[in-house]
Amino acid sequence: MGSTAAEPGHTFEYDATDGAEPRLRLWGRLDIRAVEQAWTPLRERARALAGPGHEVVLDVSGLEYCDGAGAALLHALEQDLRRTGGVRLEGAARLVQEQLGPYRELDEVEPARAARPGGLGSRALDAVDRVGRAAHQQLSFIGELALALGSALRHPRRVRWGDTLRVAEVAGFRALPIVSLIAFLLGVILAFQSAIAMRPFGAEIFVANLVAISLFRELGPLMMAILLAGRSGAAFAAEIGTMKVNEEVNALTTMGLDPVRFLVVPKVLAGILVAPLLALYANMIGLFGGALVMQGFGVPWTTYFNQVTMALSLSDLWSGLFKAVVFGLLVASVGCLRGLQTGSGAAAVGLSTTSAVVTAIILIVVFDGVFAVLFYYLGV
Amino acid sequence: MDAPEDAVIRVEGLTMGFDDFVLMRDLDFVVRRGEIFAILGGSGSGKSTLLKHMIGLYTPLAGQIRVAGVDITQAEGAAREAMLQRVGVMYQMGALFGSMTLLENVRLPLEVHTQLPREAMDAIARARLQLVGLGAFADFLPAQISGGMQKRAAIARAMALDPEVLFLDEPSAGLDPITSAGLDRLIRRLARSLDMTIVMVTHELNSIFAIADRVIMLDKESQSIVADGDPVALREHSQHPWVRHFLQAQPEQSDEGAA
Repeated sequence: MGSTAAEPGHTFEYDATDGAEPRLRLWGRLDIRAVEQAWTPLRERARALAGPGHEVVLDVSGLEYCDGAGAALLHALEQDLRRTGGVRLEGAARLVQEQLGPYRELDEVEPARAARPGGLGSRALDAVDRVGRAAHQQLSFIGELALALGSALRHPRRVRWGDTLRVAEVAGFRALPIVSLIAFLLGVILAFQSAIAMRPFGAEIFVANLVAISLFRELGPLMMAILLAGRSGAAFAAEIGTMKVNEEVNALTTMGLDPVRFLVVPKVLAGILVAPLLALYANMIGLFGGALVMQGFGVPWTTYFNQVTMALSLSDLWSGLFKAVVFGLLVASVGCLRGLQTGSGAAAVGLSTTSAVVTAIILIVVFDGVFAVLFYYLGV
Repeated sequence: MDAPEDAVIRVEGLTMGFDDFVLMRDLDFVVRRGEIFAILGGSGSGKSTLLKHMIGLYTPLAGQIRVAGVDITQAEGAAREAMLQRVGVMYQMGALFGSMTLLENVRLPLEVHTQLPREAMDAIARARLQLVGLGAFADFLPAQISGGMQKRAAIARAMALDPEVLFLDEPSAGLDPITSAGLDRLIRRLARSLDMTIVMVTHELNSIFAIADRVIMLDKESQSIVADGDPVALREHSQHPWVRHFLQAQPEQSDEGAA
């Protein structure tokens, strides 16, 4: 005889009698807790009882309760015994019959087929189709955005300036602490590492040139753009993506409001506005970090800042700020595009957000390379 | 309050709201074993909030809610977890996990709360899906099936652990009449055949008259229960004109003549 604990205060028991009519008798409460313990031993006992040509009686008349898990066990026992000599269920109460119903119906159910990917050729065609659609969407978006920005320039009063300033505050002003920290450490590290290399030659003073030019021309805008992509580009994609999932974007369209003009233009304008300001701020903080390090190397503040003003030209400043504007445009528009491309479900928003950040960083690096070559040939 | 012996849920002196805002005061009612119990009320009367209090998601401002003998407002740790295994909840939008197939959604509570072998968990999950008519769709993702099917799959998931009480938040909302009637039949089958207690929040009067054994009606103005009883009897004989008009689906302006 086997016995297992069911719910507190209840037990489930079973015994097996061999002979001319083998019988497996179950009684008590066959609930999920009892099934946890009885699943393997009871099935082994049933298989031991069964033999070719012997029909086993499964006597469940003593069951006071049977839940869905209990029915799973009874059904598994039935199937095990049917494979050998057969089985006859005896004494099944209404509840047991009801619980067994879905298990028996499942034996007849043919699984429905979801659309599955076809062979290699069809998958290759699907991939080409997906790339084509993505390219089409991106080109359409660039066109719509260019038109909307052009319209904003011609009719500035139609721009949603309230939204633009709200986004600018979140993307710009509230980013100052993180930009300060990163820019300061960047300035410190840049100055420190180059000072170590230049000191043997007595050229510490030129560390100021190196820090200033690399920050203004390259590192300030680049670092700012990466922070903007991680902070705001991701937020734009998540916000618009959630709106897409909730059908708010469809609601805008059916109200006759163009989602690009309504949602994207304020964010892109805010991106274009805050990116150069953040880059300029990052440059200043980076210079200050460099100055602190140079103090440690015995270079006074005034000497350091004189050197910086001599090293920098207006073209360094403007080229850096121009790049920052382009990076701001890229980060904001990619974030919005990925938001608008969001599919259905919570996972789709996560994918859009990831894609917004990754695409923005790739574009930033690619455009930075293009600008490096362009400025070299233009003599900037 | 003297509760009947077969009470599965006992709500006593429940005051609910948020901070200083009180939504309902001193609610008292019981839900009996095997009953299909509906919570009705106008928009904003706190039906879904009451449901969320009954499953322990919200903490009441005052009062007690005993579910299967455990005070859900006080229960913590293992006691609370054990109690939560005895209830199943279907949320208004289904709340299926989009990255999992229907089978994986239904199997999840079994994986978390039981030591069953994988074969048994799969068998139970498939049978639960078959019970709600989705046996053939076990390997589909939620996004690949319709809204009505998603609701039925959510019921299957709520039933995975064979709960004593099944809470349904707006089961028929947004469904066509035929799908809605199918869902009603399923709910009645669960209560009658599997002896489950069903607590549901709904606006669908057809569903209520078709399947509910008892209904309570929440009134925003008086912050209390204004009716408790058999829905058909309340529709015909309630002393409260608003209750009659609500259940007869008549516009509220007609109250003026009656009042």
